[in-house]
Amino acid sequence: MALAAFYVLALVTLGGAIGVVTVRNIIHAALFLLVTLGGVAGFFALLYAEFLALAQVLIYSGAVVIVILFALMLTRRGEVELMDEHRRWPVAAAVSFGLFAVMAAAFIADAARYQADVRSSVSLDALGAVLFERWAAPFEIASLVLLVALIGAIVIARSGGRDEG
Amino acid sequence: MTLLHFELLGAALFCLGLYGALARRSAVLVLMSIELMLNGVNVLLVAFAAYGVRDNATGLVIAIFVITIAAAEVALAMAIVLRLFRSRGSVNVDEIDALRG
Repeated sequence: MALAAFYVLALVTLGGAIGVVTVRNIIHAALFLLVTLGGVAGFFALLYAEFLALAQVLIYSGAVVIVILFALMLTRRGEVELMDEHRRWPVAAAVSFGLFAVMAAAFIADAARYQADVRSSVSLDALGAVLFERWAAPFEIASLVLLVALIGAIVIARSGGRDEG
Repeated sequence: MTLLHFELLGAALFCLGLYGALARRSAVLVLMSIELMLNGVNVLLVAFAAYGVRDNATGLVIAIFVITIAAAEVALAMAIVLRLFRSRGSVNVDEIDALRG
């Protein structure tokens, strides 16, 4: 049952990812990205990481895709632009396929050590305790990074700068 | 369903994102491809945590940090894309080759 769910989710996720990197209409690419991010949330649920599945849906499928759609709609003139691939796309395809082959070979060579189908979960309490005890300093730094990035985004995107045009 | 399934899936997502980041012309599409790569890494991190390759919670905590940084990155990158569009009228990464505003 779980294996069937895995394959269905893999089909949806990888299909969406292929759509993101190949489809010519930018708006469609953003919607394919939504499908892929939803599929990844499904994988988090399969891996018993329910907090991450929730965060994935809220932050990625919610906020990130909306921001991307807004940026798409603010950066086009009239018609939806159709973007062609770069003319060097075969090189890009070869590089990424080569990297995939290397990674897959490494994972398959190592697979014998991790045959067991025993997934363990971390309870939300334990995750919170670890996050706020052992990882407290990185957590605070991450919040600072987020704050600085958002203020920076406002400053950069603010209209009416002198160097406009 | 073993760890290998999730490893191959994460690697496939990462490599599809890499292809998109290299082959796409629009800055927004490059950004979406980078999101795909980050998601591939996150699948790997959570899978390693769930199968107990490392101490259980570590992978989850790092995945949370990756999601946080990705959110910051998207906000900043979209602001840059908007500014770029206003000053250049294009978000084609081939045409943007000067650091000067």
